[in-house]
Amino acid sequence: MSFSSVRNPPPFLDSEDQEPEYDTRELDSDDGEDIFTGSETDPTTDIFSEEGSFTVEKNHPPAKTNGVQSDEELDLFAEATVELTLTTPNSRGRKEIIGPTGPLSTTMKLEEEESGDTFELNIAVTNPEKMGDGMNAYMTYKVSTQTTLPAFHIKTFSVRRRFSDFLGLYEKLSVKHHLMGCIIPPPPQKSVVGMTKVKVGKEDPSSAEFVEKRRAALERYLQRVVAHPALLQDSDVQEFLEREELPRAVNTQALSGSGFLKMINKASDAVNKMTIKMNESDNWFESKLQEVENEEQLLRRLHASVDSLVNHRKEMCINTAMFAKSVAMLGSSEENSALSRALSQLAEVEDKLEQLHQEQAFSDFFILTELLADYVRLLGAVRVRNSLFYGTLLKYTFCCSWQRWQEAQATLQKKREAEAKLLWANKPDKLQQAKEDLTEWEAKVGQCERDFERISSTLRKEVHRFEKEKCRDFKHHIVKYLESLLRSQHRVVKCWEAFLPEAKAIV
Amino acid sequence: MQNSLPELVKCDVFSLFNQMRSVSVDLNNDSSLLIDIPDALCERDKVKFTVHTKTTLNSFQKPEFSVPRQHEDFIWLHDTLVETEEYAGLIIPPAPPKPDFEGPREKMHKLGEGESTMTKEEYAKMKQELEAEYLAVFKKTVQVHEIFLQRLSSHPVFSKDRNFQIFLEYDQDLSVRRKNAKEFFGGFFKNMVKSADEVLISGIKDVDEFFEQEKTFLLDYFSKIKDATAKAEKMTRSHKNVADDYIHISATYSYLLICLHSLCVINAYRHLEKFSELLEKLRKVEGRVASDQELKLTELLRYYMRDIQAAKDLLYRRARALADYENSNKALDKARLKSKDIPQAEENQRQCLQKFDKLSESGKQELTSFKGRRVVAFRKNLIEMAELEIKHAKVRIKSAVCSEHNLFTHN
Repeated sequence: MSFSSVRNPPPFLDSEDQEPEYDTRELDSDDGEDIFTGSETDPTTDIFSEEGSFTVEKNHPPAKTNGVQSDEELDLFAEATVELTLTTPNSRGRKEIIGPTGPLSTTMKLEEEESGDTFELNIAVTNPEKMGDGMNAYMTYKVSTQTTLPAFHIKTFSVRRRFSDFLGLYEKLSVKHHLMGCIIPPPPQKSVVGMTKVKVGKEDPSSAEFVEKRRAALERYLQRVVAHPALLQDSDVQEFLEREELPRAVNTQALSGSGFLKMINKASDAVNKMTIKMNESDNWFESKLQEVENEEQLLRRLHASVDSLVNHRKEMCINTAMFAKSVAMLGSSEENSALSRALSQLAEVEDKLEQLHQEQAFSDFFILTELLADYVRLLGAVRVRNSLFYGTLLKYTFCCSWQRWQEAQATLQKKREAEAKLLWANKPDKLQQAKEDLTEWEAKVGQCERDFERISSTLRKEVHRFEKEKCRDFKHHIVKYLESLLRSQHRVVKCWEAFLPEAKAIV
Repeated sequence: MQNSLPELVKCDVFSLFNQMRSVSVDLNNDSSLLIDIPDALCERDKVKFTVHTKTTLNSFQKPEFSVPRQHEDFIWLHDTLVETEEYAGLIIPPAPPKPDFEGPREKMHKLGEGESTMTKEEYAKMKQELEAEYLAVFKKTVQVHEIFLQRLSSHPVFSKDRNFQIFLEYDQDLSVRRKNAKEFFGGFFKNMVKSADEVLISGIKDVDEFFEQEKTFLLDYFSKIKDATAKAEKMTRSHKNVADDYIHISATYSYLLICLHSLCVINAYRHLEKFSELLEKLRKVEGRVASDQELKLTELLRYYMRDIQAAKDLLYRRARALADYENSNKALDKARLKSKDIPQAEENQRQCLQKFDKLSESGKQELTSFKGRRVVAFRKNLIEMAELEIKHAKVRIKSAVCSEHNLFTHN
């Protein structure tokens, strides 16, 4: 059964604020397999059996070191890839959705390396509604999904969720996936102040802004979650999207929960205590982490600058409005009638400009600031002993796996020595046991090695995938920003061009 | 790294201005006396202007000459004109304000303090921007001093003033004369001006329709334009803040790109570079918009606020003359009652009346031409500002379209 990919998704939802096209994610699928039953190809690995699920990266060429997009692989991992790569008869090469090169639309250009069949999943978060009263009040949001994935029973459905549901989802996902080296997008942050205002029922623009900010953040959060191939297959995610009523998530202190922090600290300590030296593949990892650290700092700075821009622009709005009023007054007291008219016209122009500045500030904010804030959080809102959050976890996973392999090798060596001793001592019955032991350990070493290679490869793929997505995200937002800039500037030109004849008419 | 502003800045002003010169307009196309300030030097806090004169009048010794002058010399000239009784019926062009480099200086100081928190590129760009700001202040002050002289030279009465001639010609230092003038006049006129508003406002309704109307109009207009000037200044300042933010953003962003260089080899990251270029273009446009707004709009309002103050001063002087005349009338009546000093009182009264009439006549002329001048100046500057705004918006559009095009072709 092969499904053809839909090039231009049908218009989705009537409200203007949705950008369903952006959410189009093309997923791989194998012809004969249900991609949602995670088939475990290696049942003996310790780490993973605890967690219970395991993602198989199908058809995805492993990433090269240093994140440069390429299909080549180091010799070290060449064998590991054989197991994973599954070819399908409908392999396709690079695929692009070509957007219009003329007037911009919100259809993004996607670059995906994939082969195989593709499905679609679009998500939107809309219609915030206040439920309840007083301090027990809360906001619910409509989460709408439109999909062609077979795992979902119907193609279009929606549920209502509240903020704590989103946090609960994050907690479930992080427990399951973090130790596998997945970069789970964090949800938007809690805000006591913001929510209190909403609860109390203040109908002022700042609480409306807060709700809008949150709605957009929740939407971005879900879009990032489903963009991750591993997470999309997760039953919790599917349940979140589909199920009518979710059990109320009580412990929603995902990031600040003491249990979770303890785990991170333990991981960080373990990494630091590891005495066994790692080979050169560690260098890639180390340099990657360093790069991420630098990037996070710069993004933080960029975020602060854009924030400052937004504030200054808002200030400029206020000042422009005041100036407009003042000019209007001046115009009214001007005795020359043509000049008086021109001055009133100037006041109107300034008023319109103020509106445009306001909109520009809004778009600066939503498009740029929020994006940057997201990524700063994504990279490491929680710092663990001076290193970034997700970096620590990745490192832990990586190092654990390596260590296991080394320990297994060390044990194997001991067994070999024991066998040799027995041979020399000529004790045939013990020798048999020793030989069996040796075989067992050789297998174990082989297993650990394969595990390590698989984990390395998974981690690299994850990092690569994350970077690609980040890149795509930024590009998308840049395009949006350009659109809004063009729109507003065209209007600026119109305003002033309308004013010019009035100015020329002064006599 | 040097944190101080350029200690010695030489500004070739002539070439900088070309057509869009000043906010003031000269309705009088008489070219018998042409003045300009082609050159200026900034030494520490003192600005030295080179005043260049070209004339066909015989009252001057040479047809063309230049002298160095300081701001204080301009103030001296202005004050002597104000104190001259003969000119009571004329609008004295407002004195140029003192060159004020405090703004850019403070910013430069802050920049120096924050140097460690920003990247080298960011710092360099901010410094460049500040230097441009400094230069803009410098240009403005030259402009405003030049306008002052040009107003005088195009006026039939002021152009013949003896002190004006000395100012233009005297090739020695004027500071000696300045000191004498200060001692002589002291704060005499200043005290008078303090209560001038009260004189005008509380005064009896003027018999003359024209002056009554003018009084009402100018008082009202002055307060409105003063308010508009203040608001324009605030608006321009926040516009400047926005432009500065763009510098930080653009610089941080390019630095981010350098750090991500390993990823930049991927085609997909090319768009980030293009965006960086766009940001750089945008910030230049923002800076220019802010400074154009300052020069055309804010400066226009500021200048005419001062000019209207000068017109108001004329009204004060006339009101004063009227008060004197009325006092002389009362004195004459008293004298007649007491039958003492009647001829003196009569003479006094006659003189006061003469003075008042002369003031009224020239005042009317001045105020009428002031109206025309003001309207023309507003027209010119509003047109220029609108044209500049359109131009800048079009540049923004072009840059954005160019970026957009690059984004899509680089896929």
